Amino acid sequence: MTLEVVVFWGLAMLLIGSALSVVLTKNLFHSVLWLALSLTATAGIFLALDAEFLAAVQLLLYAGGVITIVVFAIVVTERLVGDRITQVSRRIVVGVVLAGTLMLAVLRFVRIADLPVERPVIAVDVTRVLGQVLLTEFVLPFELLAVLLLVGLLGALYFARPEE
Amino acid sequence: MVAMPLSAWLTLAAVLFAIGFFGVVTRRNTIGILLGIELMLNAVNINLVAFARYNADVVGMVFTSFTIPITVAEVALGLAIVILIFRMKRTVVADHLDILRG
Repeated sequence: MTLEVVVFWGLAMLLIGSALSVVLTKNLFHSVLWLALSLTATAGIFLALDAEFLAAVQLLLYAGGVITIVVFAIVVTERLVGDRITQVSRRIVVGVVLAGTLMLAVLRFVRIADLPVERPVIAVDVTRVLGQVLLTEFVLPFELLAVLLLVGLLGALYFARPEE
Repeated sequence: MVAMPLSAWLTLAAVLFAIGFFGVVTRRNTIGILLGIELMLNAVNINLVAFARYNADVVGMVFTSFTIPITVAEVALGLAIVILIFRMKRTVVADHLDILRG
């Protein structure tokens, strides 16, 4: 058992367990907290895959930003409706069949595909190269992303504006 | 000494994607459906980073650094729409939202 194997199985258990809790918990607020745990586990997976910058982005944007937004939305709707939001799941059997079929189809592809087994050594500093490539080769999508964030901000403001 | 092959990470991502899909299909609350979509997008990001790492190519990670902010913008807009719908219909249960039915 190398360290990599231990890290993989630890993170996999954490991720699958918390993801199952997200979709199965009755209380919507607990579901969001489990989602925070699974997003943090995903950041750990990025670290295990030598993507330190993406792990930091994941923690800042997802575990920080998204969780805050979702909690805010739950609090707002809960306050307006007056009672606690519980959620009932429906059509469990259909969900299991559909999701299971999807998973088996993807896993079949993973099994028959010709995939690399060994992890090649990356000689360069990944974060440094990422920054350089973002501002040279991919500068146009990078700037378009800024426009998208501005449009998203304005759109969210437009939707959530107070009623006249 | 056995290192993890790429297929192990892809399998993990596939399981995570299926769990998220299960959440999207079974949840009745709109916010719960959005949480399931979050899980599916995370699975996709894991796939991108794993492929980038095992091909020693940073470009896959660049793609992930684009998908993460786009996802965050999507969640913010989705929740804004949920709040708007809640104001109009006083409910966030997806089954009750049938204003487009002819």
